[in-house]
Amino acid sequence: MIRPARSHPGWWAFAVHRASGVALALFLPAHFLALGTAIQGEAKLETFLRWSEQPLVKVAEWILVTLLAAHLAGGLRLLAIEFLPWREWHKTLAALAAGFAVAVGLAFALAR
Amino acid sequence: MKLNVSVWRGGAEGRFEDFEVPRRGSQTVLDAVTYIQRHLDPTLSYRFACRVGMCGSCAMTVNGKPRWTCRTHVDKVATGGRLQVAPLANLPVVKDLVADMREFFDKWARSRGQFRPTATRNDEFARVRPDSPARREADAGVECIGCGVCYAACDVVKWNRDYLGPAALNRAWTLVNDERDGAKRERLDAVAGDAGCHACHTMMSCTEHCPKKLSPTRSIAGLKRATLALALGGEP
Amino acid sequence: MSPRAGARLWVAQRATAAVLAFCVLVHLATMVFAVRGGLTAHEILERTHGNYAWCAFYSLFVFAAGIHGAIGLRTVASEWLGFRGKAADAAMAAIALAIVFLGLRAVAAVVL
Repeated sequence: MIRPARSHPGWWAFAVHRASGVALALFLPAHFLALGTAIQGEAKLETFLRWSEQPLVKVAEWILVTLLAAHLAGGLRLLAIEFLPWREWHKTLAALAAGFAVAVGLAFALAR
Repeated sequence: MKLNVSVWRGGAEGRFEDFEVPRRGSQTVLDAVTYIQRHLDPTLSYRFACRVGMCGSCAMTVNGKPRWTCRTHVDKVATGGRLQVAPLANLPVVKDLVADMREFFDKWARSRGQFRPTATRNDEFARVRPDSPARREADAGVECIGCGVCYAACDVVKWNRDYLGPAALNRAWTLVNDERDGAKRERLDAVAGDAGCHACHTMMSCTEHCPKKLSPTRSIAGLKRATLALALGGEP
Repeated sequence: MSPRAGARLWVAQRATAAVLAFCVLVHLATMVFAVRGGLTAHEILERTHGNYAWCAFYSLFVFAAGIHGAIGLRTVASEWLGFRGKAADAAMAAIALAIVFLGLRAVAAVVL
């Protein structure tokens, strides 16, 4: 249940940034281990890639890519707020970040 | 027409108690609380002073949001004729609707939110241009009256008990920008780190809820830049 | 942790964020480009084998991600798990090292 004092764009931006950051941090070791199978040869990596063709894995992949885009865009928003001269643009930046994440998600989904 | 007002009774442990308050035109939440204390239950404890939106003493949690009760019209917040009033969040409860503001002001002091003069009565008046960039930055945050609403709204305060909080950091920023002040170095040291400006996640709940429309987020972003030189080992 | 050390962590977080902004944009573009028509181990390795540019890029990516992720997780652990102090700082360093190690291993796996 989201408390009333939290129902504003800045808080949502934070929530998405944190959730995506934690998800990506937890994913990263798995990603590296998967790529590391190439040490045992191309066939091993190929086996893994075939395994990842399953629908559930594909969906998870797509979610991660979208979260990566969201975390990037949210992060750029923070860098703008913290380092550039102050402007009343934090909500606009949040909207742009959301738009960017959606666009990347679509691009990735459609690229397959 | 009646208004159902649910009021926090007790200290940290307690419960919500319901009262029926007659609705009046232009009624504020403070009006409703005052009615309860005067006509229904004289043991209800609450704070107020000016009742016209100048002192910030009447800040409480109304339907989950920290607000000045004297400036909150019942019509605007009583969805379905119901109101829930509780003490400000993130502070210990003294009794009922009264929060203990000591830690709020202790943190103000810890962030070196006090002006340190550099001139004496024998010196000329300081000439500070109001349109200088530094003075503009200071002026943007200087109207804070220490009501505690931002502190109550901030989730970092909730999760990090050492966090100095938006008001204390905002005040520090106004002083960092005060060319007459002589404690800049110590102040930047005081506001840096895990308990200081670097703990802010730019959630902006402070800015969203400030009744004086200040932006502690803006001040804290300024402190982050100001402490950059400190972090990199140079002089601020 | 002293205020100054805390400030330095913040600087490291923002500096690696800027590096990651560049790396992630390249990575997202590469992904969208590469998954077209399916993804095979052969395609990946063809692109990366013996390629020092990719090696340098991904190594930089790994270092930045390891530092950035570890600092971020430290904050989450402190705020949501109440895990702070010297033990938490040590855990942060360990996580950074682990991510960098696994990451460089993965880079070696696809480049060498």
